[in-house]
Amino acid sequence: MKWISDDKLDRLRTLVANPDFSSTKYTFVKELARGGMGTVYLAEDTELDRHVAIKVLNTPDVTEDLRDRMVREAQIIARLEHPGIVPVHDVGVLPDGRVFYAMKYVRGSRLDEYAAENSSIRDRLRKFQAVCDAVAFAHAHGVIHRDLKPQNIMIGSFGEVLVLDWGVAKLGRGFSRMNTDWPAGTIVGTRDYMSPEQARGEIDQLDERADIYSLGAVLYFLLTNKLPGEARPRSVNAAVSKTAEAICLKAMARSAGERYSSALELSADIGHWLDAEPVSAYRESAFEKVSRWTGKNRFLVLLVLAYLVMRIFFAFTAGR
Amino acid sequence: MDPDTDIGGPLHRFPVTNHSAIIRARSDDQIVRRRAFDTILASYWKPAYKYIRLKWQAGNEDAKDLTQGFFATAFEKNYFATYDAGKASFQTFLRTCLDAFVANERKAGQRLKRGGDMDHYQLDFLTAEHELASHASDLSPEDYFHREWIRGMFAMSVGALRERCDQTDRSVHFQLFERYDLSDDANVSYAMLAKEFNLEPATVNNYLAAVRREFRRIVIEKLREITATDEEFRTEARSLLGVDVK
Repeated sequence: MKWISDDKLDRLRTLVANPDFSSTKYTFVKELARGGMGTVYLAEDTELDRHVAIKVLNTPDVTEDLRDRMVREAQIIARLEHPGIVPVHDVGVLPDGRVFYAMKYVRGSRLDEYAAENSSIRDRLRKFQAVCDAVAFAHAHGVIHRDLKPQNIMIGSFGEVLVLDWGVAKLGRGFSRMNTDWPAGTIVGTRDYMSPEQARGEIDQLDERADIYSLGAVLYFLLTNKLPGEARPRSVNAAVSKTAEAICLKAMARSAGERYSSALELSADIGHWLDAEPVSAYRESAFEKVSRWTGKNRFLVLLVLAYLVMRIFFAFTAGR
Repeated sequence: MDPDTDIGGPLHRFPVTNHSAIIRARSDDQIVRRRAFDTILASYWKPAYKYIRLKWQAGNEDAKDLTQGFFATAFEKNYFATYDAGKASFQTFLRTCLDAFVANERKAGQRLKRGGDMDHYQLDFLTAEHELASHASDLSPEDYFHREWIRGMFAMSVGALRERCDQTDRSVHFQLFERYDLSDDANVSYAMLAKEFNLEPATVNNYLAAVRREFRRIVIEKLREITATDEEFRTEARSLLGVDVK
């Protein structure tokens, strides 16, 4: 057995780790990111002469059944045509048995990186609404993402919002014949962002509300800059309003039945809050109602006040 | 660190793999157990020897005896059958057993003299000693053990690849792999190899792609053989593929 130097060892390890695209139309450029489920590479599509991002799943011992399922799911996700969903161009199996799918290569930053550079909560929440809209579109087509987190959301160079990584998506209603999900008890997703039912492995019970919980967890992150936890958002960041906290906690309710029933409903509540309108998640006191109304109609209030001051002034001067 | 997506088995418990030598080491069939033990020995004796030399500051003769003694006792007393995958990786388990064994031997204050019924393995300690002397490392003994285990895995995989290529009349494939992927010369190109082996550059490309594919398969097979559960297999696969080891 010949000695292998450290340099050669590292080279061999890279050789084994890097995907073999020789049977595809792609050529390897570089590794972009590595996660628990797979690795994303930048590759060149030699036919169309463009860059693509290729996700290769970390399943070196993939069974034929699992492989077929992953390919089938990627095909379905490829049909989701929405400006907020990153398009899947291609799906296949590498010669070593690993499943890959090629997606549009998005230049920009991940939502967590974007949040680090953009402190405006209003701006963050406008982006969040776009995420909700994309997720709502997928839900309307029977697809549940199951792994929503800031790392799977990209903000493009022109401010466009794209939801990535549909690799563990569940095909819900309408796909009953094609849907051969993981067995009950399997935990799929990212612990910090997954709903309690997902963490319990109740895979067959999961519906759109599991994504609503994850959206709530993303909202928690955007409001506090911290990973979602037991603490209420306002105790982590005192600047968070009671209304924003209520929206977040409703989305993250432990019981699925207490959450928003759809991503659009959540998006609408965020929109109402941004526009200083009442939200479904929070019952205001009379004082808060007045305070919100005056905040929203500041110009009108100032105008009325100015008018009243003038009336008083003229009444006072006329009486002299 | 980014929160990672997770796909666990039912409630995060992974089944044992059928290809595992560690599982086969529990067999009641003496022949199956012996073969499984030989697989474990081939992967671990060198890291174990070097670990004893580094961590326990043992002289080379002492380390030889301790290595021989450890594996002989492990087989005789069926140490590896007691391994519980729920508690630690097999590698950690083996290292803990080794530490306990060396500590006991040291406590007994006697230099091991193996003989009689005890097995004596044909292990190339001279090469191991030479490697240890000529390649110093600043890693901790535990990290060094892991690194040497990886090195051993790859060295065995290269050996297996050579054998497989020879058996299937694809010696040229292996020679190309050796010249391109195992060479110290960073200037070797496909064009140079095409000229040297009298092949088309596209053929060099295809041969190299095929042989690398085979190499990857062999590495994964070897890894599967010496891990006990799918979970450990996946963890080690990630580690071997350059994720966790510094």
